[in-house]
Amino acid sequence: MYVLNTETINTHDIGIRPVSRPNDTIVRIENLNIHAGQHHILKNINIEIPRNKITVMLGPSGCGKTTLLKCMNKLTDLHRELRVSGKIFIEDDDILHTRTNIPAIRQKMGLLSQQPYPLPLSIYKNVAYGIKLKGIRDKKTIAYIVEKHLREVGLWAEVKDRLNNPATSLSIGQQQRLCLARGLAVKPLIILADEPTSALDPISSKIIENLFRELKQHYTIILVTHILRQAVRLADNVVFMYYGKIIEQGNPQELLKNPETEKLRKYILEGN
Amino acid sequence: MNRRKLIEEKFFRFLSGFATYSLMALLALIILIIFIKGFRALTLDMLTKIPEGGYYYGGEGGVLNAIIGSLYIALGATFIAIIIGTPAALYINVHLIRYRRTQNTIRYLLDALWGIPSIVYGAFGFTLMLYMGLNASLLAGIITVALLITPIMIRTFDEVLSTIPIGLQEAALALGSTKTETAFKVLFKQGLSGFITAILLSFGRGIGDAASVLFTAGYTDLIPQNMDEPAATLPLAIFFQLSSPIPEVRERAFAAAVILTVIILIISLTARYLTVRFSKSNIK
Repeated sequence: MYVLNTETINTHDIGIRPVSRPNDTIVRIENLNIHAGQHHILKNINIEIPRNKITVMLGPSGCGKTTLLKCMNKLTDLHRELRVSGKIFIEDDDILHTRTNIPAIRQKMGLLSQQPYPLPLSIYKNVAYGIKLKGIRDKKTIAYIVEKHLREVGLWAEVKDRLNNPATSLSIGQQQRLCLARGLAVKPLIILADEPTSALDPISSKIIENLFRELKQHYTIILVTHILRQAVRLADNVVFMYYGKIIEQGNPQELLKNPETEKLRKYILEGN
Repeated sequence: MNRRKLIEEKFFRFLSGFATYSLMALLALIILIIFIKGFRALTLDMLTKIPEGGYYYGGEGGVLNAIIGSLYIALGATFIAIIIGTPAALYINVHLIRYRRTQNTIRYLLDALWGIPSIVYGAFGFTLMLYMGLNASLLAGIITVALLITPIMIRTFDEVLSTIPIGLQEAALALGSTKTETAFKVLFKQGLSGFITAILLSFGRGIGDAASVLFTAGYTDLIPQNMDEPAATLPLAIFFQLSSPIPEVRERAFAAAVILTVIILIISLTARYLTVRFSKSNIK
């Protein structure tokens, strides 16, 4: 069991929370194009993502939402067939620039994928993994951060007595929250969430949605979904995509009540 | 289900079952025959003594020289295969993940190397041995067997690594891991059960192969004390004894075969146990 002595830990130094700044742009994408062979997947994407808001990427399956999300932390690198051009600024760093320190940039973004992928380690080591990568070696500090983030995602009470059990022993919903805690532990600025509730039951989905509402005070959340109701429930900003293009974007209340384009109108009608 | 489909279903079930169980029966028959033929000669002396004078004409002694020689060669070769094979398999699955064509070419070449008969490795090892100025020795045997089992080691581990979902790699990279950290801290852990299987499969192949060590390790009645001394192996001990016209010596060949079979069965059971044990925290 891990016993914490928080008096010895300077939470400011280890930066449990990122410092909130005024609402400004945290991600800026300019003229982004992605090709896979002859196929033009993303077409001239220009977008600004506001800080500490939930931005929902909405659109039908196959419209390029996930590709755009993965492009933001350069996971598109794993796919040779994808040719990426344009600029993506995370704060002031152009992540597509060849000299950018990609692992450091990736630590600014926590990733939550459709299906949870816990590392083949214990529950504790899953959350500690990213912390150690940041060079933190002090066991007390690591234990403090692990507990902090397991509490943050509401998992601590459920796992505190079995931290050394394999992460795969958790339910899918718990695994997804563990993955969120793991992502938060590296102190990201942004949470990239790719349909994070698609594999979950309604109760677990609701827990994740409620977490997002709380987390947006401290983090910028970019959520990919094709569920219209989820977008309505969560979004501060909606980006509607269709066949690799951004069709409309803006405040969800205005955008989803009075869509300007026929494509979004149809999508809303069919979604309802 | 209509009558025709019912007959078809029953026929193919019988055919598949027959194929499976006849194979099992064949395996049991092989083990049974070896045991029956070798049981009488399987004495404590066989396991604890080296051949004494006139052993190959029915004299006293055992095959301890061959047991130790086989273990030395198989362990040494497996060690080399691990050193070369582990990074190679990880490289194919992490660094070459974007280069499908290169990945496939390497896999094809490794499969081809796996398929080369071991006598060819023996001949190559013999040429290499002469070129390096070595005599038939433990070292030459280890190098040749390492060449034989390294492709097996890489491809077995690679097969397991290639089934790991890309999402796991993405999860590790997204946390800020470098590719090397992802390879050794995450993929290696996830593929650990496959890694153990690869080691034991390679070891099993190494200890059981005769052709590759025929020209390279030589044969001796003594236990090698240095790397430049020749080493006996169990497969060659079986071969030499089985070629004897004396029935007692041929019986000892079967006893040596029992020893080799038991070693390989122990390896297989250990592999199965460790595979289950180390795949508990793996994502499915």
